[in-house]
Amino acid sequence: MIEIDKITRLYNGVPAVDAVTMTIETGTVTVIVGTSGSGKTTLLRMINRLEEPSSGEVRINGESTLTIKPHILRRRIGYAIQGHGLFPHHTVARNIGAVPELLNWSADKISARVDELLTLFSMEPETFRNRYPGELSGGQQQRVGVARALASRPDLLLMDEPFGALDPVIRTRAQDDLRRIQKQLGSTIILVTHDMEEAIRLADRVAVMDSGQLVQHGTPAEIITRPATEFVADMVGRVERPLRLLSLVPVSELVEEGVAEGEALPVEASLRDALSACLWTGRAAVPVEQDGVLVGRVTFEAIRARARARAHP
Amino acid sequence: MNAKGSAGALSAPGILFAVLGLAAMLAPFMTLAANRIVAGDAIVAWRLAEPGVTLPGLLSLAAGLALGLLAAWPRIRMAGAALGLAGLFWLLMAGTPNLLAGAGEYARVSPAAGFWCLLAVFILLMSDALGNLAPGPLARAALLIAALAALTLVLWSGALSDLSIMQEYAGRKPAFIDAFVRHLGLAFGSLAIAGVIGFPLGILCHSRAQLRGAILPVLSFLQTIPSLAMFGLMIPILGWVGETVPGAQSIGIAGIGFAPAFLALVFYSLLPVVGNTVAGLSAAPPAAIEAARGMGMTQRQRLLRVELPLGLPVILTGVRIVLVQNIGLAVIAGLIGGGGFGTFVFQGLNQTATDLILLGALPTVMLALVAAIAMDILVDLVRTTPEATA
Repeated sequence: MIEIDKITRLYNGVPAVDAVTMTIETGTVTVIVGTSGSGKTTLLRMINRLEEPSSGEVRINGESTLTIKPHILRRRIGYAIQGHGLFPHHTVARNIGAVPELLNWSADKISARVDELLTLFSMEPETFRNRYPGELSGGQQQRVGVARALASRPDLLLMDEPFGALDPVIRTRAQDDLRRIQKQLGSTIILVTHDMEEAIRLADRVAVMDSGQLVQHGTPAEIITRPATEFVADMVGRVERPLRLLSLVPVSELVEEGVAEGEALPVEASLRDALSACLWTGRAAVPVEQDGVLVGRVTFEAIRARARARAHP
Repeated sequence: MNAKGSAGALSAPGILFAVLGLAAMLAPFMTLAANRIVAGDAIVAWRLAEPGVTLPGLLSLAAGLALGLLAAWPRIRMAGAALGLAGLFWLLMAGTPNLLAGAGEYARVSPAAGFWCLLAVFILLMSDALGNLAPGPLARAALLIAALAALTLVLWSGALSDLSIMQEYAGRKPAFIDAFVRHLGLAFGSLAIAGVIGFPLGILCHSRAQLRGAILPVLSFLQTIPSLAMFGLMIPILGWVGETVPGAQSIGIAGIGFAPAFLALVFYSLLPVVGNTVAGLSAAPPAAIEAARGMGMTQRQRLLRVELPLGLPVILTGVRIVLVQNIGLAVIAGLIGGGGFGTFVFQGLNQTATDLILLGALPTVMLALVAAIAMDILVDLVRTTPEATA
């Protein structure tokens, strides 16, 4: 459990982060969203003490981070940034093994861990181990950057706009990969972004920052349906609101008996995907399949009812 | 259309070299003088000896220039340059004994403008061809060693020992070796001291902007002092130190001699060393530095594992600048009794003996050239980061 306790950071007497208090459960993904200058990055950087708080403290599993030397603390916390920050003169293996190397792991243990992580990120170890970052595509560099942050099995992973430099197609894939890997490893992640879409896709909890203050901290559904301030409502976007909400619900929740025409959707697809399929092909219902076997259908009517029910609880 | 086609087949620099080379072949190739002081008579290349002897040399010069035209085959151009250089030395070796025969006891023969221009043309042709071949650092090192070995062989064989410059050398063998050692001592010694002072200073300047703002302008100012004035300024300063500090004179610190020359060179070396160290250390991508901090590297680990390895090529480029600069500047040391090849240059100037000047100048140029090439090879070897291929 990570407890952020009345943490404040002043620049020339002006608070960039103003008495933020927030608790983050182990094994969850918390996404901090805000516009530029909202203090979200400063808040993140105070967790591993790249910025020193002016007052307040952060406790990781009850232990104040102020009692640990900063560089020792940072070795326990994974850190991935926009533009990956890989060392251009080191191979992929050496990059991923950087923190274990700082922690004096044995060479065998490091190389086994490197191969394990490359496999986890769908990169063939034989092929990629000895390449240099300059020889990789943007998406591959970003995956190596995240793999490096995870290498020492840190208590906590901090990510600062990790997908900001990727094109939209690769970004979506990277987000899916991160969610899959996070579930698999049970990591605790705090991620900063300015993109509400990304926040809703990835988060268990969304924290919205505005002018240095934490204005709302809740589940994506709460943020969408009950925005605490005008600013949060603007961030969510009034037009996109129902669609964002539907994107949180898998079709499995609305599957009913019956048949429908046309191409089937998998049960993991969201209601937004189903709505989109209905609108695009003019169908009133779409078939749903699980592992290639038809399990029923989801109707346009049901999706509409669900969207209304959630928006006006 | 024809012009376009032929321009594609012929190398533009090759055409320039051919024109310059042909013109230089018409210029005097050697001079014959009655003694080492007077001006000599100019002799063109085809009058150096019997036609049967000069013809192979002249033909290989022409063939070398012609091969240099072939843009598509840098290897052939390279061979052309080698052929041309061989022709030059052939003519030199053939001409020397022939001209000296019956010319009197004190007669001297020297290479003249034509020889030097052709030498320059073929060396430029070779470096142009090499540029196209883009050989790796190890291949370049092998070529450098081969070229030096060939030169050593020619000099050691004695085929050129009747040339005036070699006669100057023959009369001063011990002095030459002493000057060589002194020159190396001045150039490399001052570089070593500048490195010992400059690298830590550069690292400090890198981490402290205030220090950087204070130190770099001072070093830039030192660099702007004209070299003669700098050597001259050292005389009163070190003279005073030598007389007032006890024991200073016993370790060789005095107004004239090795110490003031050495110190002046150290001052000149500091700016390139410190400046390039600072530039090299800031060459690491900001995101990599941020990541290094974020993963828990200490400042020292960041320096040793990230900043230094990434900056090493730039830092070594600074060392290269200093080395080449110091080898050249060390000549001035001859003026204040610091020794080195400058001794011959200034003796030669006083005696108006051109070949004595060359005895000081040519080894200096050779030394600077070899140092520059060797350092370039070293810079390439430490550039471990492959270029992005994506």
